[in-house]
Amino acid sequence: MPFSINTVSALVLRYVYLYTRHPVRFVELIFWPLVDLFVWGFLTIYLQKQSTVEFPTSLSFLIGGMILWDVLFRSQQGVAISFLEDVWTRNLLNIFVAPVRTVEYVAATCLVGVLRVSVTLLVLTVVGALAYGFQISALGFSLLPFFGNLMLFGWFLGMISTALILRWGQAAESLAWAVPFFIQPFAAVFYPLSVLPVWLQPLANALPCTPIFEGMRAVLAGQAIPWSLIQQALILNSIWGAVATWFFAANLRHVRKTGLLVKVATQ
Amino acid sequence: MIQLTLVIQTDLSNDAQMLATTPILQADQLVKCYGEFTALDGLTFSLAPGESLGLLGVNGAGKTTAMNLLLGLTTPTSGQVRIFGLDFWKHRIEILRQINFSSAYTALPSNLLVWQNLTVFAKLYGVKNFKQKIDSLLEMLDITHLRKSVTGKLSAGESTRVNLAKSLLNDPRILLLDEPTASLDPDIADRVRKLLRKLQKENGLSILYTSHNMRDIEEVCDRLIFLHGGKVLAEGTPGDVHERFNRSSLEDLFIGVARGEVEAIGIQ
Repeated sequence: MPFSINTVSALVLRYVYLYTRHPVRFVELIFWPLVDLFVWGFLTIYLQKQSTVEFPTSLSFLIGGMILWDVLFRSQQGVAISFLEDVWTRNLLNIFVAPVRTVEYVAATCLVGVLRVSVTLLVLTVVGALAYGFQISALGFSLLPFFGNLMLFGWFLGMISTALILRWGQAAESLAWAVPFFIQPFAAVFYPLSVLPVWLQPLANALPCTPIFEGMRAVLAGQAIPWSLIQQALILNSIWGAVATWFFAANLRHVRKTGLLVKVATQ
Repeated sequence: MIQLTLVIQTDLSNDAQMLATTPILQADQLVKCYGEFTALDGLTFSLAPGESLGLLGVNGAGKTTAMNLLLGLTTPTSGQVRIFGLDFWKHRIEILRQINFSSAYTALPSNLLVWQNLTVFAKLYGVKNFKQKIDSLLEMLDITHLRKSVTGKLSAGESTRVNLAKSLLNDPRILLLDEPTASLDPDIADRVRKLLRKLQKENGLSILYTSHNMRDIEEVCDRLIFLHGGKVLAEGTPGDVHERFNRSSLEDLFIGVARGEVEAIGIQ
C-alpha cells in the first residue's frame, strides 16, 4: 500500500504548531506524571521506613513502573487525543476529504504519541533521578525493547479507543482517557503478577505490557535481560495489532456506511 | 411504466456544448439507505468540465447525502461515482488530490494561525511552492491582513474566505461547496459569489454547489438539480426550472415544494 511521508509529516506539523503556539499544553504532559511520581514515590519511602522488612528495590520498582506505564499511556493518548482534537475543532471532515490514507492518519497520530512520550519521559527521568536517585539506565539494553513494546501496545489501545469513539460518538470520548486504566489493574504495573488472584492471571498474561513490567522488575533486581518475556510481549503485540487494525478498519467502514462519520465530525 | 425526464434547456448552444463533452463527474443511480429510510433513490447526474451545478432541495431532500457520497464520507448502498473517468472508491486518493471542499459546517483548527492552517493543508495536498500559493490566495480573497490571525477568532465572513483559500490551495479541478454563504451578510455573500464565478470562467473550475440561498444558485450556477425525497424533481437552468412549475421564482418553487403545494411531476 502506498504511503506518503509528506502526508504524515504535514499531520504531525499541525501538532507541532499547536504545542508551540500553546506551551500551556505541555503542562498536561508534565504536571500529572510529576504528581504521580511525587505522591507514590514519597508514599513508598514512608512505607519503607515503617517496614521492618528489607525491600530496597521497591522504590525503583515503583519509579520504573511509573515511567514505563507513562510510555504506554502517552502513546495511547497520542492516537486518541489527536483524533479528538480533529473532532473538537470540526476539522475531521477536512482531513477525510483530503488525500490522506487511513494508515497515514494513524501513523501520524502514533508519531504524535512518540513526541508526547519523549517529553514526559525526559521530565520523569530527570526528576526521578534527582528526587529518588533512580537511574533509568539501570534497565540497560532492555530499555529499547521495553519501550518499543509498550509504545506499540499504547498505539493499539489508541486505535481501539478511537474506533469506539467513532462508533459511539462524542458521548464515548472519555474512553480516550479511560481505556488504558481498564487494563492497568491487571497489567502488573506496580506489583508482580503473582499478587493477582489466580483466576485473573490469564487475563494479565494476555496483555503485552505484563511481561514488560515483569521483565523490568527482573532487570532492576539484578537479573539478566529476560528475552523470553520480551518475545512474549512481541507475540502478544502482533495479535493485539492485528485485532486493533481489524477493529479500527471495521468501525471506519461501519461509520462511513451508516453516516456516523459525518455525524461525529459535525457535532 | 413511463419515466419522465425533466431536463430544461434554453441556451442550447452553451448547454449542449457542455453536455456534449465528457463529464468530469458522473453519478449513476446512487442509492443511499439508512436502515428503512432512503435518503437518495437512484440519483443520476453529471457535471461537465467548467460547469457550475447547483443542488437544491428542502431539508432532507438528499443534497448533503449526495455531497457526502461524492466526497467518500459515506458509501453508497448502490450506484457508482466516477470522477475524471475513474471509479471513486478504486482511485480515492488520486481523485481527492484534484478536488477540494468547503462547507459552512466544518472548520479549520481554531487554535492555529491562518497561515499555519493553510500550510498544513498545502502540504497535505502536495502543493509545491506553497508559501507563494498561500500568499497569492490571501491576496485574491482580500485577506492578507488575516495571515497571522487566530483562525478561531475570525468573523463568519473572514472564516468563509479562509476556508475558500484552503479549498483552492491545490488548484482543484472540481470544487464542492456545501452552503458556503450560510451566515454571511449580503455584501460578503455577493463577493464570494462573484469570486466563484470568476474562478469558474478564468480557471475552468467545475463547481458543485449546495445552498438554500436562491440568489447563490441563480448567480453562481449554470444548471441546477432540484432534489426532493431523494429523487430528481427537476433539472435545468435556474431561469427555467421555476417556470416549468408555473412559479414566479426559484424561491417560490422552493417554498411550494417545501409546503407540498407543487405536484412532484417529473420525479425520476
